[in-house]
Amino acid sequence: MDALVAQLQMQFRDYTISLYQQGFLDDQFTELKKLQDDASPDFVAEVLSLFFEDCVKLIGNMARALDQKGTVDFNQVGASVHQLKGSSSSVGAKRVKGLCVSFKEFCEAKNYEGCVRCLQQVDIEYKTLQTKLQDMFNLEKQIIEAGGRVPQVDIN
Amino acid sequence: MEVCNCIEPQWPADELLMKYQYISDFFIAIAYFSIPLELIYFVKKSAVFPYRWVLVQFGAFIVLCGATHLINLWTFTTHSRTVALVMTTAKVLTAVVSCATALMLVHIIPDLLSVKTRELFLKNKAAELDREMGLIRTQEETGRHVRMLTHEIRSTLDRHTILKTTLVELGRTLALEECALWMPTRTGLELQLSYTLRQQHPVEYTVPIQLPVINQVFGTSRAVKISPNSPVARLRPVSGKYMLGEVVAVRVPLLHLSNFQINDWPELSTKRYALMVLMLPSDSARQWHVHELELVEVVADQVAVALSHAAILEESMRARDLLMEQNVALDLARREAETAIRARNDFLAVMNHEMRTPMHAIIALSSLLQETELTPEQRLMVETILKSSNLLATLMNDVLDLSRLEDGSLQLELGTFNLHTLFREILNLIKPIAVVKKLPITLNLAPDLPEFVVGDEKRLMQIILNIVGNAVKFSKQGSISVTALVTKSDTRAPDFFVVPTGSHFYLRVKVKDLGAGINPQDIPKLFTKFAQTQSLATRSSGGSGLGLAISKRFVNLMEGNIWIESDGLGKGCTAIFDVKLGISNESKQLGIPKAQANPRHANFAGLKVLVMDENGVSRMVTKGLLVHLGCDVTTVSSSEECLRVMSHEHKVVFMDVCMPGVENYQIALRIHEKFTKRHQRPLLVALTGNTDKSTKEKCMSFGLDGVLLKPVSLDNMRNVLSDLLEHRVLYEAM
Repeated sequence: MDALVAQLQMQFRDYTISLYQQGFLDDQFTELKKLQDDASPDFVAEVLSLFFEDCVKLIGNMARALDQKGTVDFNQVGASVHQLKGSSSSVGAKRVKGLCVSFKEFCEAKNYEGCVRCLQQVDIEYKTLQTKLQDMFNLEKQIIEAGGRVPQVDIN
Repeated sequence: MEVCNCIEPQWPADELLMKYQYISDFFIAIAYFSIPLELIYFVKKSAVFPYRWVLVQFGAFIVLCGATHLINLWTFTTHSRTVALVMTTAKVLTAVVSCATALMLVHIIPDLLSVKTRELFLKNKAAELDREMGLIRTQEETGRHVRMLTHEIRSTLDRHTILKTTLVELGRTLALEECALWMPTRTGLELQLSYTLRQQHPVEYTVPIQLPVINQVFGTSRAVKISPNSPVARLRPVSGKYMLGEVVAVRVPLLHLSNFQINDWPELSTKRYALMVLMLPSDSARQWHVHELELVEVVADQVAVALSHAAILEESMRARDLLMEQNVALDLARREAETAIRARNDFLAVMNHEMRTPMHAIIALSSLLQETELTPEQRLMVETILKSSNLLATLMNDVLDLSRLEDGSLQLELGTFNLHTLFREILNLIKPIAVVKKLPITLNLAPDLPEFVVGDEKRLMQIILNIVGNAVKFSKQGSISVTALVTKSDTRAPDFFVVPTGSHFYLRVKVKDLGAGINPQDIPKLFTKFAQTQSLATRSSGGSGLGLAISKRFVNLMEGNIWIESDGLGKGCTAIFDVKLGISNESKQLGIPKAQANPRHANFAGLKVLVMDENGVSRMVTKGLLVHLGCDVTTVSSSEECLRVMSHEHKVVFMDVCMPGVENYQIALRIHEKFTKRHQRPLLVALTGNTDKSTKEKCMSFGLDGVLLKPVSLDNMRNVLSDLLEHRVLYEAM
């Protein structure tokens, strides 16, 4: 049993490290994990689900705004991007935040193709992140079910 | 003719012959009568005479014989029949008594004879006893002399006194003319005249030891009479007139310490003897008596013992003096060493201070220089200066620490601290370097690791930092993992299992890296000062080589052990150390939520805070942050809602001002209007994504008390809150 726990823990650790190394997550995510304790055991999950809901909502807004060919309200798009940037930086979604930064530049430059491209990338990016985080949570659940404790992975 | 009853004598009355017979008879009668008288007289005089009645018998016999002879006198002339009758009666009686006496004497004479033999025997015995008495007396006298001599000899422990006293006493007791002692020389081939009785300044006189007379004396333990003409006895110039007295020589064994075994008595197989020569006075006809010889022998033995005692004492006195000298020398050396150490410490302390002051100046000014506008070359130069000076400062610290550690003058400063926090801090410190080198570090704290411990926090941090720093320094790729757990066995005695008692436990920290690795042969050298194992090519990592040595000493001070394992070059290595830490009583408080367990910021509990943020996610994150710190958080998503909800109970308001435009800042003004009294007004802090001067100025102009850069870390928020509450203003948290 302990061997299984140890193996799962190692898997979890390596997976988490890889997420950081690949730039999916940054320090803020670590900070988020720090806020999770006995008083609020599902804090991270709650915040992340809120974030993904936000993503869906904002991307939808942006898509609608950009659909209006000819009369694209770049301010509105910019506002949504700004929101998304704020959210992503709050949860530590590094890649998403990076994309939002360039997205915002395109908005200010009123570059339609750029915005569209960015939007697509953001869409892909947040979905990828969602899957990866889902996998990580599954590993955590497995470890807890196997009787072990989720190790703290403190890096960078 | 007349008829008479006379009896005619037989013989004719020859006048001459008869006259003679008559006279003889008369005298015989007198003698016979006087004998008993004498007997009676003398027997009465003597005290005891056993045969009294024999005497009577004898007396009777004699008296009767006398009477017979007396009566015989009358028979020479014509005598009457009465006389003849009396004569006959007397003769008959005499015959009877004499026969009885004769018979008696047969019994008595042997007795009397045996009395005589007994008397002779007793006389012999008495003579013998007398002789023996004489012998005993002489022996006793000899013994007395010996005792006195021994007493004299043994009353001193000085060799010369012993020998001198011996000679003097012997001379006195035996009335010697001369007494001399010959000692063997160092080579053992000659005897040297060492002491004499009469001559005050003995000439340095030697005789070879192999003389027959000397061999003769040495061959026996008895005193031997030697010729006065032998070389050992010729001590004075011989003047021909004198007839030299008899000379006796005896050997004196010189016993060595090694002769005295515990289990056996000293055998007289010692090789070294001295020779004592004693001369009787010339011209006296004295001869050596046996008891005198015995006396001499006994004295010789005693002298031997006394001499060995003296030798032993001399030896021990010498040893004692030597030890005292050494003691004094050692004491002096110790004091000198202590002075040297003190001088060195003073020197180090002073130099340390003197060196650090300019060092500080260099480092501080270089840092400041870094902040100014510099060209790239200048920046590079300043960075190098800063790096070198930091290195130098570290080196100075290390050297000072190490020298104090080696003295043993370093003491641990014990205190209570949070072990978990310590590890996180260390990781935070190492992070920047690790990020640059792209080495992920993971920290693994065991679940049973106590949180609050008692120990030297600073030194423990130094040790861990040193080891983790080494891991980072010497790894080019791979990851580094730091594990901390409670260990059950004392590695110094693997068979001894340390049960973590209520008060102490052993912390084990393992730092594993996948870097350059270490050759197993080099591992023992690692902990020596100034030794580094990598080749010149990799020397760029710098360092003084003191780190591990200092860490090892600190670990030892903490009653622990440190070692390194490596599978070889290129296979990474693991550094492990155990230290003993105390468990703090604070850890016994269970069930306290983490936020309140931090004693420094207890004033956050229940602090009413308002968070205003349009972005749901960041609003939630900020709320989570503050809840974690123990605050009572209300969230609003717009300024109107904020104004509505806000009350004087809220102490701090965090407002997100990320949105472009100035609307958000208006809220600040409105709040100022609402709460005119300053102490009632909550503190206003802006959360913003950029930190340039314009944002800061804007915040200040709108009356905000502080600006925070998003995203805020937990520690940051904690510090900010405490500073804010203390000073009621915050513009440094950037």
